[in-house]
Amino acid sequence: MIWQLFISFFRIGLFTFGGGYAMIPLIEREVIDRRGWVAREEFLELLTIAQSAPGPISLNTSVFVGYKVRGLLGAVAAILGVVIPSFVVILIVAIFFANIRHNEVVDAAFKAMRPAVVALIVAPVIGLAGTLNLWLVAVAALVAVAVWWLGWSPIYLLLAGAAAGIAWSVWSARKEGRG
Amino acid sequence: MIYLQLFISYLKIGFFGFGGGYAMLSLIQNEIVEQRGWITASEFADIIAVSQITPGPIAINSATYIGYTIGGIAGSAVATFAVCLPALTIMLLLTRFFLLLKSNRYVSGAVAGMKPVVVGMIAAAALLLMFPQSADEANFIDGWSWALFALTLLGAYKKVNPILLILFSAVAGIVVYM
Repeated sequence: MIWQLFISFFRIGLFTFGGGYAMIPLIEREVIDRRGWVAREEFLELLTIAQSAPGPISLNTSVFVGYKVRGLLGAVAAILGVVIPSFVVILIVAIFFANIRHNEVVDAAFKAMRPAVVALIVAPVIGLAGTLNLWLVAVAALVAVAVWWLGWSPIYLLLAGAAAGIAWSVWSARKEGRG
Repeated sequence: MIYLQLFISYLKIGFFGFGGGYAMLSLIQNEIVEQRGWITASEFADIIAVSQITPGPIAINSATYIGYTIGGIAGSAVATFAVCLPALTIMLLLTRFFLLLKSNRYVSGAVAGMKPVVVGMIAAAALLLMFPQSADEANFIDGWSWALFALTLLGAYKKVNPILLILFSAVAGIVVYM
């Protein structure tokens, strides 16, 4: 069972490019439909938790599925399965990239890939901003300026956001209680 | 010493990596490029490009790559382990105490409060790559850069596979810059 977990997540890790949300359908197919390790409903509930916890979503998902199936050992087997393919591939790239970095063709390709990469980062910002109200878009814009222009650490801003969110929910619960 | 620094930096990135891959870029950028100065803005953009066309989440990819650049194979293992450690421990606790947390007001308040911060962090990551602090780290070098940026943004909006978009710009770069 442990070995099976490792192999399943190894496959998931190997065949998901771009990471994150692209992995979810693959994980669903493997652990729900093919293996029947987790019920669909439970999977979706835990997925919500995995999305709000820190860390890459695929990693978080592998931990909870592994844990559900085989406890701590299962979680470790699943996370190793997800990480090892990407670790090995990037290590190989890193070892060889240093040698070809100053190659004319590689250099030309990377010059063009850099702005494309920036576009891929801008795209989700637009999508996510659409899910926020105007006040929260303003908060997001202030955060962007603070991190980009003023060089503030995003960590403090995350902590401040969490604190503000907790204060807000306590305050609105109290208001409800009174009314 | 370098291994300890790598470990601490990536532990921090893993621990505060709310909001998934793209939000983590901002943390990595702040920690690795701005504070530690281990790599430049252009090298950072290169790592993201490589990460887009190789399997696995960007946080893991960048940990392995930067770890190798700074501390060889041992460095890559240390950084990758460090970035995974918080996800492993926190998710184990969350899975175990899932039912207690599910309807907890504080947890859902904190998650809601972090959401706009995460959006701002992703925007900051993009802005830092567009306008780096020193000009010789520029990722936008001419009109072609902006054209490829616009084309890729349109492609992403139309839900074209990001691997195809990156490979397309690589080919365009070879044609334009060779």
